[in-house]
Amino acid sequence: MTRRAALFVAVLTAMSLAAPWLAPYPAGQGFRDFLHAPPMRPYLEGLAPVVHPLVLADRLEQRFEADPTRSVPLPWFGGSGDQPVFLLGADNFGRDVLSRLLYGARTSLGLALFATLGAVVIGALLGAWAGLRGGWVDEAVMRVADFVLILPVIYVVLVLRAVLPLVLPSSTVFLLVSGIFVAVGWPFVAKGVRAIVAAERDREYVQAARSLGAGQGRILVHHLIPACSGHLIVQATLLLPGFILAEATLSFVGLGFPDPVASWGTMLAEAGNYNAVARFPWTLAPAVAIFAIVLATNLIATPGRES
Amino acid sequence: MGRYLLRRLGFALLLVLTVSSASLLLTHLAPGDITSEQSLTLDPAARARLRAELGLDRPLAVQYVTWLGGAVQLDFGRSLLYARPVSSLVSERALNTAVLATVALFLATVIGLPLGVYSGSRSRGLGRAVVRVLSIVALSVPPLIGSLALVFLAARTGWLPVGGMTSAAGFDSTWADWLADLARHLPIPALALALPLAATLERLQSQAIAKAVHEPFVAASRARGLDQMQAVIRHAWPVSLRSVLGLYGVMIGALFSGSFVVEVVTSWPGLGRLMYDALKARDLYLVAGCAASGAFFLAAGTLLADVLLAFADPRVRSEEAR
Repeated sequence: MTRRAALFVAVLTAMSLAAPWLAPYPAGQGFRDFLHAPPMRPYLEGLAPVVHPLVLADRLEQRFEADPTRSVPLPWFGGSGDQPVFLLGADNFGRDVLSRLLYGARTSLGLALFATLGAVVIGALLGAWAGLRGGWVDEAVMRVADFVLILPVIYVVLVLRAVLPLVLPSSTVFLLVSGIFVAVGWPFVAKGVRAIVAAERDREYVQAARSLGAGQGRILVHHLIPACSGHLIVQATLLLPGFILAEATLSFVGLGFPDPVASWGTMLAEAGNYNAVARFPWTLAPAVAIFAIVLATNLIATPGRES
Repeated sequence: MGRYLLRRLGFALLLVLTVSSASLLLTHLAPGDITSEQSLTLDPAARARLRAELGLDRPLAVQYVTWLGGAVQLDFGRSLLYARPVSSLVSERALNTAVLATVALFLATVIGLPLGVYSGSRSRGLGRAVVRVLSIVALSVPPLIGSLALVFLAARTGWLPVGGMTSAAGFDSTWADWLADLARHLPIPALALALPLAATLERLQSQAIAKAVHEPFVAASRARGLDQMQAVIRHAWPVSLRSVLGLYGVMIGALFSGSFVVEVVTSWPGLGRLMYDALKARDLYLVAGCAASGAFFLAAGTLLADVLLAFADPRVRSEEAR
């Protein structure tokens, strides 16, 4: 189960990286005649998967009807641009939800992976430094870590984000938000690493390395950090879904990525309107994606339970 | 115990002070202030007058010291957005959040613990498998997703009202009506908050029980003639509770972060929503007041959980008395 879940996350990450090739349409391309078009059901015609094109039946009610007399091949099988195919429906700007989901995965997963990596690296380094040096370094790092841990995280993130100008280029938002996430995430890693390093630094194998002339840096990288690898993996699987959600939350309330950028959070912002969500349930697609990835990381994080 | 409590209280006060001061200063550093919202309708002179009237033109240090002086006497200034004293506004909204959080915590407990005891005391069987699958699924439905899904469900079926804390039925309704109305608005936000917590509790309780049933005293009670059910509930469960209670301190934080997003999705008029509105409007004192209140709740909740743990577990008590 753990393997399969890890595979799922890997495949999803690969798909998000390949979004420009996989996605039928660019993330920002809207089709004006297909606002809130429902998902079209594909079926096989001979060997080629096709859909019946939608025809706007009532513009006021935004009601569409499938035209059973015609069929359009899927975009990957030579569909043409003038007759769009929405496998997961279209959003309020007539943008393809599937394409945005794929591009959104780039933003959301990319940000979360980047922030997780940052938090793990910085947490491991600070924790190891504290554990190895002891004394005032230990005291200072751990006090700060304890303090950050008990802060009301969501408020801190909100304040930090709201302090900065709301409209920024998306690359700046990416760095900024991941920086904030690293700042609140590193103590989770550092505390455990410090405890492990402090316990391991006087063990025989470390002494052996030291007596062979290994420097602090080498001991740290070659002996102590590997001793923490289990902890680092567990913390990473805990931080990753947390960061995915935090991005979704920030973008959902309008403090994350600005709207034209596809991210799972910005997509969900539309689903937050309950009149819209009842009529256009396919706008909830990113919620399903988030659920799937959180489920997968939870399955990775708890392998021992089945035994 | 007394000294321990005193130290924890001091720490909590420091936390509240730091968090509220930092958010005040940070919000001040942000571009624009409350008057920039109205700058389209105000000419520069009127805007300057308004800023002077609100005291926003004074140096930051002066503003901060004035605010701090008031805060010590529990006067957190006036909200510029709502034109009301911050303290009354915040305490009103904090109460709403507290209602939501308490109900959610209660739900999580009554769902999570019994299921955990059940799944932990079995070693096989369909029931246990079902509970485990449900638990991992619920664990993967964070409040944002859960509240969206429940709102969707409610909007589709019309079973429960969506949005707000009560219907705008009017002021002449009786207490009983008001309570009934509240009870109909509560399930969606409370469940969205409670589900992942219930799953967390179930997992921990299950592990703790699984460990406790192998203790010799459980076998002894079985040997005395108690059936498995009684032995688990009377003897294994109280012992296992210790590790479960330790989780409550951590859960307060999760409850807090979760309630922000649930409040935004379901329009629950709580602290998180207020903070969000205040931030967007650059309402300095309201931001600081919300942050202070949030930090206070968090610190108080954690403290309460630790004290409960100390009462439940004599070992913790003696450790911390040292």
